[in-house]
Amino acid sequence: MAEPLLLEAEELVRRAPDGTVLIDRVSLVVRAGERVGIEGPTGAGKTVLLRALALLDPVADGRVRHRGDAVADRDVPRFRSRVAYLHQSPALLEGTVEESLRSPFELAVHRDRAFDRDRAVELLAALGRGASFLAKQRDDLSGGERQVTALVRLLQLEPEVVLLDEPTAALDPETTSRAENLLVRWVGGGERACVWVSHDPAQTGRLATRRLRVEGGRLSEDGADRAGGEVAR
Amino acid sequence: MSAGYLELSYLQVGGAALLILVNGGISLALRLDLEKRLLLAAVRTVVQLLLIGLVLQWVFSVSRWYVVVALMLAMALIAGVAAVRRTGRRYPGIWWNAVLSVWASSWLITAAALFGIVDVDPWFTPQYAIPLLGMILGNTLNGISLGLDRLGEELTGRRGEVEGLLALGATRWEAARRPVRQAVRTGTVPIVNTMMVVGIVSLPGMMTGQLLAGVDPVQAVKYQVVIMFLIASGTALGTVSVVLLSYRRLFNPRHQFLHGLFRKV
Repeated sequence: MAEPLLLEAEELVRRAPDGTVLIDRVSLVVRAGERVGIEGPTGAGKTVLLRALALLDPVADGRVRHRGDAVADRDVPRFRSRVAYLHQSPALLEGTVEESLRSPFELAVHRDRAFDRDRAVELLAALGRGASFLAKQRDDLSGGERQVTALVRLLQLEPEVVLLDEPTAALDPETTSRAENLLVRWVGGGERACVWVSHDPAQTGRLATRRLRVEGGRLSEDGADRAGGEVAR
Repeated sequence: MSAGYLELSYLQVGGAALLILVNGGISLALRLDLEKRLLLAAVRTVVQLLLIGLVLQWVFSVSRWYVVVALMLAMALIAGVAAVRRTGRRYPGIWWNAVLSVWASSWLITAAALFGIVDVDPWFTPQYAIPLLGMILGNTLNGISLGLDRLGEELTGRRGEVEGLLALGATRWEAARRPVRQAVRTGTVPIVNTMMVVGIVSLPGMMTGQLLAGVDPVQAVKYQVVIMFLIASGTALGTVSVVLLSYRRLFNPRHQFLHGLFRKV
């Protein structure tokens, strides 16, 4: 495929402090336009893999490349603004939803941009929430509403790759389907991609252009490769 | 010795010990189950103070700089270890960080006092050097242990927030700033509060001691003010130092939060 290579992982190994191997020599490439679905049983290493891709945890071995380049220490924050990870139960700052959405723009890496309220409202609308949702207090939000807020907070920053860890686990079926549609449109055919961890094979089937499976810390191709994209090496 | 104070005999000390029986009685009556600890605490008070009394007597009589420095080193080391023992969460290297912070901050401030503010001659005169360091250490140790404990609580309790910030592109400093600030605040608030009410609610121990020893109240107050500021600056320096050293240990240059290093005690 000629699509630009956005993210590349080479032989990633991560161990627990006691030496247990959590992910074992995992290699993966993500190209623009791809929606990579990752499945696997609980404890298989799906979250560990996503976190390693986002450079959130030290790895024992292996490399992550962004658009073909290794990521130097000082470039890690910028890398994470391009390749953004979303936690399964995201933490929001105290205060209103709008304050949470505004908060990333205080970070040095996003300082050249400003919070765009219209864009936020647009994204919220795509997830079935009205503009009044912005005024809600964090402590009044349900788990699903927190996921919605965190997803909007992430997408408004326009990253190239989003690494989503069970992003719809707490959502009702209608919002789930809205989130799926939003992600498909968001990735589009252009310069973006998404890696989606899900425990629901049906969802991965609906969403993914490529399906991968993590089991016992190893990554493998899941067979049902619908779009014929690049597979795990 | 005809001092400006009444000398105490061991009999009089024994009389005071009887008063501790009040606590024992309360513990027994209310079944607080504190008698053993109370007895241990009372015995430790006597033994520790007698020992330090003997040590001080010797140090005062020898009055050599290396003896004073050795004692000051031992005091700082003990304070650093004691600070960590009061924390609920630890990470590898915490002992080293605490000892280094206690030692550097308390020595720096004590040196400022001995060489500059109080201008003691010679600087190692044990009558000044030891109590000054002791008072600074006692409070710095408190600030350090509170700061360390709070940092552990904040970083564990707010791990999601910290990592959420990192995942959005925050630098390690941006992600840790809030817990770091809370920890420094927690470590320095007690001394600030003490300064707020000193003389109104309580008379500080040192000033009380000087008054008992017959020192002119205005002189005693001057000393106390100096001590307060020494203590406050020592506590602030020590707390900031230990919190920043911990931050560097817990967040690596790759902007990763090494939460796995924490162990609950």
